[in-house]
Order: sequence, then structure tokens, then C-alpha cells
Amino acid sequence: MSASPAIETSGLRKEYGAKVAVADLSLTVQRGEIFGFLGPNGAGKTTAVKMLLGLIAPTAGAGRILGRPLSDIEVRRKIGFLPEHFRFYDWLTARELLRYHGKLLGMTDAACAKQIPELLEMVGLLRHADQRLKTFSKGMLQRVGLAQALLNDPELVFLDEPTSGLDPIGRRMVRDVIRRLREKGCTVFLNSHLLGEVEITCDRVAFIREGVVVRTASLHQLVAGETTVHIRAAGVTAETLEGLKQWGREVRADGTYIHMVVDEEESLPAIADWIVARGARLYALTSERVSLEDLFMEIVGDAGEVK
Amino acid sequence: MSRIALIARLTFHEARRRKIMWAAVILGLAFLAIYALGLYFLRGEIVTGMEQYPQGTLTALNMLVMMALYAVNFLIIVMTVLTSVDTIAGEVASGAIHAIATKPIRRAEILLGKWLGFAVMLVLYATLMIGGVVLITRLLTGYTPPNVLRGSLLMVLEGFIVLHLSLLGGTFLSTLANGVFVLGLFGVAFIGGWMEEFGSLMHNETVVNIGILSSLVMPSEAMWRWAAYLMQPPLLRTFNVSPFGSNAQPSLAMVAYTFAYLVAALAIAIRNFSRKDL
Repeated sequence: MSASPAIETSGLRKEYGAKVAVADLSLTVQRGEIFGFLGPNGAGKTTAVKMLLGLIAPTAGAGRILGRPLSDIEVRRKIGFLPEHFRFYDWLTARELLRYHGKLLGMTDAACAKQIPELLEMVGLLRHADQRLKTFSKGMLQRVGLAQALLNDPELVFLDEPTSGLDPIGRRMVRDVIRRLREKGCTVFLNSHLLGEVEITCDRVAFIREGVVVRTASLHQLVAGETTVHIRAAGVTAETLEGLKQWGREVRADGTYIHMVVDEEESLPAIADWIVARGARLYALTSERVSLEDLFMEIVGDAGEVK
Repeated sequence: MSRIALIARLTFHEARRRKIMWAAVILGLAFLAIYALGLYFLRGEIVTGMEQYPQGTLTALNMLVMMALYAVNFLIIVMTVLTSVDTIAGEVASGAIHAIATKPIRRAEILLGKWLGFAVMLVLYATLMIGGVVLITRLLTGYTPPNVLRGSLLMVLEGFIVLHLSLLGGTFLSTLANGVFVLGLFGVAFIGGWMEEFGSLMHNETVVNIGILSSLVMPSEAMWRWAAYLMQPPLLRTFNVSPFGSNAQPSLAMVAYTFAYLVAALAIAIRNFSRKDL
């Protein structure tokens, strides 16, 4: 059972009349992964998450979640979900809200009594536990929503823009929660447009653009990997230049500068050594790491414009 | 606890926490107090009237009870609409439904749980109000309208029609549109009921058919008319054309139709809600 991926979809599609919200959602998320789902506003991120959770029926395609079909009710015992802009009955207190959700998840009274104070403390709401939600700020609602998503000690958690409405302390708290989930082996599906957040927390990301997953890659591969290097040196021979290819590609010289792309930053000292050892004089060696933001712009950039 | 019962409890909790329940009970008691007070001070006239013109006094007394029950009937409908009109539509609009519908619970269970919560509230409110009017009348004058139990059940049935339509409307309309939808249908049934009444009084079959048609679309008014027919003295039945009475013959077929209507409305509501993109 646990061999099946946490999420597996192929060709999930959602149309609203003539409008295509999600054209083709095909992705696999392994168990224990922290998976970032990136895309500009209106790319179909929330629709995609809602299809995975059974809130929206796909027009076409299929998917499995923790090895069960998307429409399965019982598998939801092992799933947590923090909706975007969490809202709930404002006449309940935070503690009551969590108790009702615990009951919905089939938790016993004893399990509720143990979990609820712990979670309230974790999200920093223990002091406000018996206050009604109508007195809560947006950030506090988001915090209680996060607690609600973790009640059942889930195997898979969906967080849809978890830090919206949160101050820097709250964002830090979300990061800590995600780290703790990772340690427990929980799979996290993080929907976000905050790239910094994704860069810090995620193992792998998918880029969605106009309802299609255009690229999936590990963050390590994407960000730590490609580095553009600019070298300013005098007396570089053709052989020296040729030799640089052992560390990277796209080597070219344009008078004063040599440019190349290396696969890992670790090659930089070796490149410097090589140039100096071959008798050239090295004036400058700068590297430009491709940031997630650059990649994001490159992959989904022109779709970022609101049409 | 079953998941349906849990949702029903939430519905109840909401009515209590938002003071809906207290407002309904306190103002309901105020209604009954005014009625009791009026009847109390009329008691002397009623007793002498009963001795001198028993027939006329009985008719007047029945009219008084039926007027109170007519008001209760209207209150049941409005209360049912007001409490239930927002339940699905509002939660879909606010997004509160997302956290519930992603739990291990079927959409049908959510809807049935809400239904159960409102149904219990409806029955409690109807019991308080109808029971109050009947009991006060009996205690103060010794009079009880005929067929009071059957009549009361028909009134409760009317409340259920409104509840089912309100739940159904909530699955595809916004809160406000749903309120307009249910009360609008109530209006259609009301005018249709009147047409049927006049049509039968004037032996005009076309007009009767218009009324019957509107009752098929929305059987609420038909339930009240039969309740009123049953609970008035036989003498009044032939000529009483007022909102408080009726000359319409109750038919079991219509009650059977109403039950089928209730089941169908709830089934469509469940189907709609189960297929709805949230």
C-alpha cells in the first residue's frame, strides 16, 4: 500500500463551459516529498487542488491519492487540507471548531482532548482557544485553519497559499510546521506563488501555466544546479579555453570576458585554479545562480500577464 | 456519533449560538401571551354567548382559533425559510464548506445532517406554537377545534415543503435568490389556492384547475387549506371563504403527492449538492 505514490494524476482536466481552468494535470508526488506547485494567478492551481480533494469533479482524466481514487471518502481520514483564505463558522470558538473537525474525522474524545491543545499551541493560538472566530484576524483564522488540517496526523497535507494573511512570524511558523511534517515523513503539497517560501521548504516543484503542468523538477536540480560563470582574465590560450569544457558547457569568449554554464557551484574553485595554473591572469570570476524567480519568469513569464 | 447527527448538532449549535433559537422562542411566547390575554378577557362574553347563541359563538370562537393558527402557519413558513435559506449557499459562498466537504463524509450526509437539524427545529417550533394556541384555547374556553391533530400535522407538513425547497434552492442559488425562490413559490401557491377556492365556489372548473396546477407546483397552500378545512366546524366548511378557513375537500391523493414531492425535492437537492463543484 505505502509503495503507491502520494499523488498520481494523468490528464486531469476541468472545463467550465468554454473556459478551460485546468487543461492537463499530470504529475506524481512521492510519499514524504514536500512538493511545491507554482504558477501565476489564474493558472489553475486552486482548481487543481480542489480536483485532487474531490471538491471539484474533473471533466476528464484520472488520479489516485494515497493509492485510492480521487472520489474515495475514507482515504480522507489520512489527508489534511488548509483551503486558501480559511473561513469557518464565526460563531464557533477555535477549540470548538477543532473539536467538530476532529469528530468529522472520526477521532475519539480522548484523541481530540490530546491533540487540540497541542495544535493550538503549535500555531500560537492557545491563549485564544475559547474566543469566537468572529473576533479573529485573517492571520489567526489561517492559523486555526492550519491546526485543523493537521488534526488527524495526516499522511498527506494540502496547503493552499498557507501564508496568505500571515505576518513574518506566522510565515516562519508555517515553515517550521512544514519542516516538522517532513521529519514525520508526511507528504506536503504546497500551493504557493511566494517563490522564496517554496525555495526554502520544497524538495520538488511543478510549474503550471494556463492549466498545464509545463515542468516538474527537483529544486536541487533547478536552483543549486545551473550557474552561469563570467570570467575576466588575460592571456587565456585556446587550449585553456577548451579545457574549461570539463566543468561546464556553452563556453564562449567575447574579448574581455569568458562565459560558461556549469552544472554545480562546486566547480568554481577548480576553474580558477585551472586558469591560473595555465599561466593566465585572473581578474575576476563571478557566478550567477539561477534563482527560482528567474526560472519562474522563464517558464511561465509571458503567461503572467492578466488576459 | 454518526456523521449525519454531527452535522445536525452543528446546525442546532448555530441556531443556539446565533440567538436564533432564543429569539424564536421568546417572541413565540409573546405571541401566545397576547393570544391568551385576549382570550382571557373575552372569556365572559364567550360563556354568555355559548348560553344564548351557541352556534354563532362557536363559529366566532373557531374563527379566532383559526386566525391564530393561520398566523402560526405563516410564522412556521417564514422561520423555516429564514433559518435554512443560507445554510448551503452561504457556506459555499464563504468557503466554509471546503473544510467540511474534504473530510471523510459524503455530501449526502452533510445535506441530510442539515435537514435533520432543521427538521427537529421545525417540529419543536410548530409544537410550541400550535400546541400553545390549542392548549390556551382549551384551558380558557374549554373549546378544541375538530381534527386538531390531523390539522397540525398538515401544518407541519407545509413547513417541511418549505424546508425541502429551501435546501434544494441552496444547492444551485445564492442565499438571496434562494429566499426569493422559496417565498416566491409560496406566493404562487397562495394565489393559486385562492383561485381554486373561488373557482369551486362559483363552479368554474377552469379556475379550479389553475389552482390545482399551482398546488402541484407548490403544495404548501393546499396543506394549509386542508388543515383549515379539517379544523373548522362542518357548518362553516360550506361557505367560509377567508384565509382562515376553506371549503376545499381534503384528498389523500394530494397528501400522498406531497410526500412524493418532499422525497423528490430532497433527492434532487442531494444529487445537485453531490455533483456541485465547490
